[in-house]
Amino acid sequence: MKINKEKISGTIFLLIALSALSVLALITVFIFIKGVPIIAKVGFFDFVFGMVWDPGNGAFGIFPMIFGSVTVTLGAAVLGVPIAICCSIFLAEFAPAVLSNIVRPAIQLLAAIPSVVYGFWGLLFVVPAIRNHLGGPGLSILAGSIILAIMILPTIISIAEVSLLSLPRHYKEGAYALGLTQWQTIRSVLLPAAKSGIVAAIILGIGRAIGETMAVIMVLGNAVAIPQSILDPARTLTTNIGIEMGYASGDHQQALFATGIVLLVIVMILNAFAQYVTRRK
Amino acid sequence: MKISSRTAQRIAKTLIWASALFVIVILLAIIIFILIKGVPEISWQFLTEIPRNMGRSGGISSSIVGTLLVTAVAVIIATPFGVGTAFYLTEYTREGKVTRIIRFSAESLSGIPSIVYGLFGFIFFVMYLKLGWSILSGGLTLAVMILPTIIRTSEEAIRTVSYQYREVSFSLGGTKWQTITRAVFPSAVRGIAVGVILGIGRCVAETAAVILTAGSALRMPESIFSPTRTMAEHFYILAREGISMEKAYGTAALLIIIIFIINVVANMLINRYVAKGH
Repeated sequence: MKINKEKISGTIFLLIALSALSVLALITVFIFIKGVPIIAKVGFFDFVFGMVWDPGNGAFGIFPMIFGSVTVTLGAAVLGVPIAICCSIFLAEFAPAVLSNIVRPAIQLLAAIPSVVYGFWGLLFVVPAIRNHLGGPGLSILAGSIILAIMILPTIISIAEVSLLSLPRHYKEGAYALGLTQWQTIRSVLLPAAKSGIVAAIILGIGRAIGETMAVIMVLGNAVAIPQSILDPARTLTTNIGIEMGYASGDHQQALFATGIVLLVIVMILNAFAQYVTRRK
Repeated sequence: MKISSRTAQRIAKTLIWASALFVIVILLAIIIFILIKGVPEISWQFLTEIPRNMGRSGGISSSIVGTLLVTAVAVIIATPFGVGTAFYLTEYTREGKVTRIIRFSAESLSGIPSIVYGLFGFIFFVMYLKLGWSILSGGLTLAVMILPTIIRTSEEAIRTVSYQYREVSFSLGGTKWQTITRAVFPSAVRGIAVGVILGIGRCVAETAAVILTAGSALRMPESIFSPTRTMAEHFYILAREGISMEKAYGTAALLIIIIFIINVVANMLINRYVAKGH
């Protein structure tokens, strides 16, 4: 009897553990079922590379949104990654214990602030600042990139810090023993050794930026057109869903699910890449 | 134009300190701004009255209740699955194909954008299971969203439990189930609680996933089948549609305060955990 009970509990735990896999499968299946028909109807090429999004007249081309997502995310990476890496070096190598015990929870808090609050803050500070000092409507790719750059800081900082801290002590000691300065040690020993973790951190940060919706809706302007400069408004894949899902029906709703498919595929590729990079070391 | 190593060290050090300072300044700028604008709006009426006139006047009590219920559903559903998965990964199996698949699934789930969770919740819970826009649909969607967080933190907590606990329990003739429930779980419960608390924080802060699944009703929910509008949603609608800046600030300030408390509690738990010598 006892052995049976053990077996049963083992099976139950296995079933519970398969929940993550099951919901992942459910999510993928349901989003694809709902979105694939419209892609088939419009044609894959015309859907992904189509320049006109006009659901009222049956035009479903999402290229402007793909372009918007990519540019806003790249902007966020350009602005955010250097700050995040420096901050992780600060926490791992420079900060005295007292300071790191303040900075670390502060960064956690930054990660926990609702994304709508970031968007709202961006709307009140970043957007007017851009409008007044750089020109344009203010609601722009630049505003979106700045807000996203702030929002991806916690993700990148915490993962990069962990990979710096997990390096063996003798790397640093060896470098100091050779007479290298602290910065030389970081640049030529620690950063290269922690490279895979840092790359994974950056990829996950990019994944977070490309998937963010509510903050971007508020500061991006949401115009469906290929922007001519970083001061122009744009629309991303996520904001396309966020804005129109409330009233869409029929083909239009399916097209938003199809937008979700594109988003899901991009994020899955980024994730798999990040996991591959971390595992390889 | 070769910079000496001493100069390079000085420049690098300055930049690194500056970046850390920048992060703190940004955080303070956001929090202090919202609190200064919003805290004066928070009053007894604000907390206890339901919104009137689309939220222009009255309070946000129905949104507070809605947020609590949606979060409760999410946590009640996600915790057993998350903790169970963590126990399976740590206690019931060796590293192999199955654990790799489960870990890959959890990692992938944690990378899925919340708007995609919203789409899924809408098509699966709201439409396919016919739960409608409701607290239940919203809560279930959030449960899926926080599952990977709870799995990861629980797994870390269980792994820090010393192996001796298990050996002693087994040597006393304890079964695997007894060992898990009486030796491992009690020592890991604090770490597991941290994961659950962080999950609560994510539920409270989430907008995109609930707006598509929980609806946006302003009235007081009667049951978990009622639609509702969480605080984050309410704030978003107030601010975006320009209904009432004052009420928007008040709601945002309350959100920030709640998130702050949640983070402080989680940190206290972690610190005591570390202090106990785990």
